[in-house]
Amino acid sequence: MSAMTHVQTTLNGEAVEFLCEPRQSLLEVLRETLGLTGAKEGCNNGNCGACNVLIDGALVNACLVLAVEVQGRTLTTIEGIAPPGGLHPLQRQFLEHAALQCGFCTPGFIVAAKALLDRTPRPSELEVRQWLAGNLCRCTGYDRIVRAVLAAAEEAQT
Amino acid sequence: MRAFEYHSPDSLEQTLTLLAGPGQAQPLAGGTDLLPQLREGRRPADRVIDLKRVPELNALTYDPARGLWVGAAVACYRLCHDPAVIQHYPGVVDGAHVIGAVQIQFRATVGGNLCNASPAADSIPALIVHTAVCHIAGPAGARTLPVEAFCVGPGRTALAPGEILVAVSVPPPAPHFGAHYLRFIPRNEMDIAVVGAAAAVTLAADGRSFVAARVALGAVAATPLLVPEAGAYLAGRPVTAETIAEAARLAQAAARPIDDVRGTAAFRRHLSAVLTRRALERAVERARA
Repeated sequence: MSAMTHVQTTLNGEAVEFLCEPRQSLLEVLRETLGLTGAKEGCNNGNCGACNVLIDGALVNACLVLAVEVQGRTLTTIEGIAPPGGLHPLQRQFLEHAALQCGFCTPGFIVAAKALLDRTPRPSELEVRQWLAGNLCRCTGYDRIVRAVLAAAEEAQT
Repeated sequence: MRAFEYHSPDSLEQTLTLLAGPGQAQPLAGGTDLLPQLREGRRPADRVIDLKRVPELNALTYDPARGLWVGAAVACYRLCHDPAVIQHYPGVVDGAHVIGAVQIQFRATVGGNLCNASPAADSIPALIVHTAVCHIAGPAGARTLPVEAFCVGPGRTALAPGEILVAVSVPPPAPHFGAHYLRFIPRNEMDIAVVGAAAAVTLAADGRSFVAARVALGAVAATPLLVPEAGAYLAGRPVTAETIAEAARLAQAAARPIDDVRGTAAFRRHLSAVLTRRALERAVERARA
């Protein structure tokens, strides 16, 4: 019914173009058109944070962004966090601290935590907890996640 | 989601032309309310008009003589991290920074909070006590409206068909001015206000009497509510526990709350007095600082 729109963007460092309908969310296009299934659909209404991505460095819920809005923007998803052949300190510390059980929320937490460390390299525990308040985890009770983020901040400094 | 056209105009003029077209047009700022509403079929849209490339709607400026200009598409994160806003308008920051978590802050806008017109909208009571003004553009030209007149019912605004909220301006704070917004929610963060209260005061130079005051409440009526009788009572009176308590009583009397899932009307009336007192006390502290 609605015409497809051509969108050009920079995704995890590479120029990417795709076709989408205006009504499609960025999350839908990432997962179903571009095959990037790291961002998860949890609530699909902006409450859970499982679909977190960065647009021009700003942390957003991809379910609350229209894919057509990212024309000319720079996107980072969980797939673009790790350096080639390695792990980002956040990913390493999530493993070290066993900061996940089912893992569904983990990509969102790591992207959100990266957005925090990009702005505040040495956050306090309170700052970590406040920043991550929009990411829901039903398994861990959050404590291991907070410890992992604090450890990653420390690792990045050394 | 039902199909719609998407437009991303780069001028206000073009935006107004698109708004005036046939069928239903929905302006898109942060989308944190609009996208769930579109998804759930609660707002019809033939055209979604993205405002994030329109210069007037994305301007955030402060001038000591003219005050603050907040374009309707300026995200709360940008507003709440602006040094001039933090320095001169901490009451505005109080309201805007509790709207959702950081993922929401990067997208949600004060303009959108106004246009969504929730009775519990957190940014609006603070704007009301700051005497903020809505700048509206439309087919018949530009007009302004005091922010307390913008919301006319739950989800309904004073915008006529084809009109758009361009910005909110906030006058420069007078000397010895202080403001504060706070709310009651049953958890620490990430919730909708059961009641919100904002107060702004201008004190005499010695800090001991009120020159002027404004009080506004959220979530106790169909719209955010200015309580003019509380401000009128305080003007010219000394800053004492008794005068603040009387203003809180007047705010409580003005509240017209309902029972709902978040609280009873009786509890909301109780909160109206408690939160008004606390908002006034903090506003006084800030005015004296």
